Amino acid sequence: MAPVLTVKDLSVRFALHESVVTAVNNLNFTLEAGETLAVVGESGSGKSQAFLALMGLLAKNGSVSGQALLGDVDLLALSKTELNQYRGRDVAMIFQDPMTSLNPALRLKQQLAEVLVLHKGQDQKQAETSAIEMLERVGIPEPAKRANAYPHQLSGGMRQRVMIAMALLCQPKILIADEPTTALDVTVQAQMLDLFKTLTEDFGTSLVLITHDLGVVAGVADRMMVMYGGRPVEKGTVDDLFYDPRHPYTLGLLHSTPHIAKRAERLDPIQGMPPSLENLPKGCAFHPRCAFAFDRCLAERPALTQLENGREKACFHEGPMRYGKVA
Amino acid sequence: MIQFILKRLAVAIPTLLVLIVVSFFLMKMAPGNPFAGEKTVPQSVLDNIYARYGLDKPEWQQLAEYIYNVVFRFDFGPSFQYRDRTVNDIIAQGFPVTFTYGAWAFVAASVIGIALGVVAAVRQNSWADYLSVGFSIGAQVVPNFVMAPILVLIFTLWLRWLPGGGWNGGHWSNVVLPVIALATSYFANIARITRSSMLEVLGSNYIRTARAKGLPGWKVIFGHALRPALLPVVSYLGPVFVGMVTGSVVIDLYFSTGGIGQAFVNSALNRDYSTILGITILLGALTITANLVVDVLYAWIDPKIEL
Repeated sequence: MAPVLTVKDLSVRFALHESVVTAVNNLNFTLEAGETLAVVGESGSGKSQAFLALMGLLAKNGSVSGQALLGDVDLLALSKTELNQYRGRDVAMIFQDPMTSLNPALRLKQQLAEVLVLHKGQDQKQAETSAIEMLERVGIPEPAKRANAYPHQLSGGMRQRVMIAMALLCQPKILIADEPTTALDVTVQAQMLDLFKTLTEDFGTSLVLITHDLGVVAGVADRMMVMYGGRPVEKGTVDDLFYDPRHPYTLGLLHSTPHIAKRAERLDPIQGMPPSLENLPKGCAFHPRCAFAFDRCLAERPALTQLENGREKACFHEGPMRYGKVA
Repeated sequence: MIQFILKRLAVAIPTLLVLIVVSFFLMKMAPGNPFAGEKTVPQSVLDNIYARYGLDKPEWQQLAEYIYNVVFRFDFGPSFQYRDRTVNDIIAQGFPVTFTYGAWAFVAASVIGIALGVVAAVRQNSWADYLSVGFSIGAQVVPNFVMAPILVLIFTLWLRWLPGGGWNGGHWSNVVLPVIALATSYFANIARITRSSMLEVLGSNYIRTARAKGLPGWKVIFGHALRPALLPVVSYLGPVFVGMVTGSVVIDLYFSTGGIGQAFVNSALNRDYSTILGITILLGALTITANLVVDVLYAWIDPKIEL
């Protein structure tokens, strides 16, 4: 079956005062129907910008190149007006901060209904009824009453449920969730992930989960893509990458996750800081923080290479990696 | 909400009383009095005049009688300056004039200011932005005592389209120039506040959400951004409204409109005690009302505010 979304050579650049920064560099990936793809990386790895670019939501100084094929429509070649037909209908997005992502001056039902009026041509009344049904599906108690509320009358978790309801109203082909649980309590996080799983399965929606929380990935995702310095460094199924990481950065991320079973005194972070995109290290961008780096890593940037089972990695290191002290 | 309005109106009464008392004593503390002139008038004549206007009584009694008359008879007393007119007459004659051109100027300044501000914000750093910001600043740096003669020069003397003064019962041709002259000094500020507030809202997360829904640009701006962006504008508009409808001495002087602005300044120069107090109370009452309206508008714009 053809993938729902094929992204080719996606690059995102930002014009600064005197320079141009490349936030995403030649990103290629596909998204299959109904699957959940986790996009993982530290802040500044370009994971959010790549998907904001697909939605046409880059900041004003941002520009994008490449292709993003939704069926046979290239989202990146569309004008703003043409893009408006697709975003919200075929591709929906949920953002990190539910506290500020809903309009404080409008009732929930207005904010929900306008999506259906716009994309499905429903009249206001119909749209409000469907909106209330969707609120019920995302687990909002007394949805008919809540629909009349303003965002500030709801808790953070409830607001994120409303965001999910809003995104799924048109049963989109793709749902992009940018750190959807970061701002929420841990207990609410778990509920939210369950909700994602059930609803995307019900609607056959493919989910892109942008996160830095590997716990979230393990719970929900099928495949994952690890990004560093604007490029993917490792791709594969979640099981493969969790049990057998091939890139030192993936390994580092896994090790820095606190374990409930290990009673460690301290967390075990990856040493050093994420690189500045304005001044990426030569060669492999990760080499200054990598315990396995050798001469070649300093001089040459490793390309993504195919491995078995459809996985890919961008690293020169061969053979087993034991996690130890990182220089 | 009704409870809130009633409560605020109840608070307004002591506020106005305090205003009267403070203004009364400030006025008395100022040197001179309504009947001090260059000619020396015999003491017996002065005594008669003082007795006629009640100035021979102790000050607290004058104040008490004044408040009594205002509250129970709605009588602001006789003018100390014009023998044949009461303060009620002066206000009844001048205020409608001022209110007419002031209210139109307010509407014009708000509509133009908000429109320019929105355009400038939406097209930030484009020629439209520079043009509207430039236009606003241009209007702001020209004070109305410069603007008024320029308008008269262009529209009356050169083009001969509009009369250069007079009121003529509020005929539109007499209203236009005062409205333009008064509005230009305010719309620039309104445009500036709208622009910066709109820019902030356009950068907010909920506007990103609205765009992500696929809403067309104009719907994002008018359906989602405008109302929250107007909050700081509305708080500025309250006092501006009062300032405009109570007129401007400059406008009244240049266009001979006979509004209350000129009457107010004259009364202060002439120590016309009763007229000063009367107009002060009017201004105070208008300010209180405008602030009340602003608060109610606030609650409408921002549902987080509950009255």
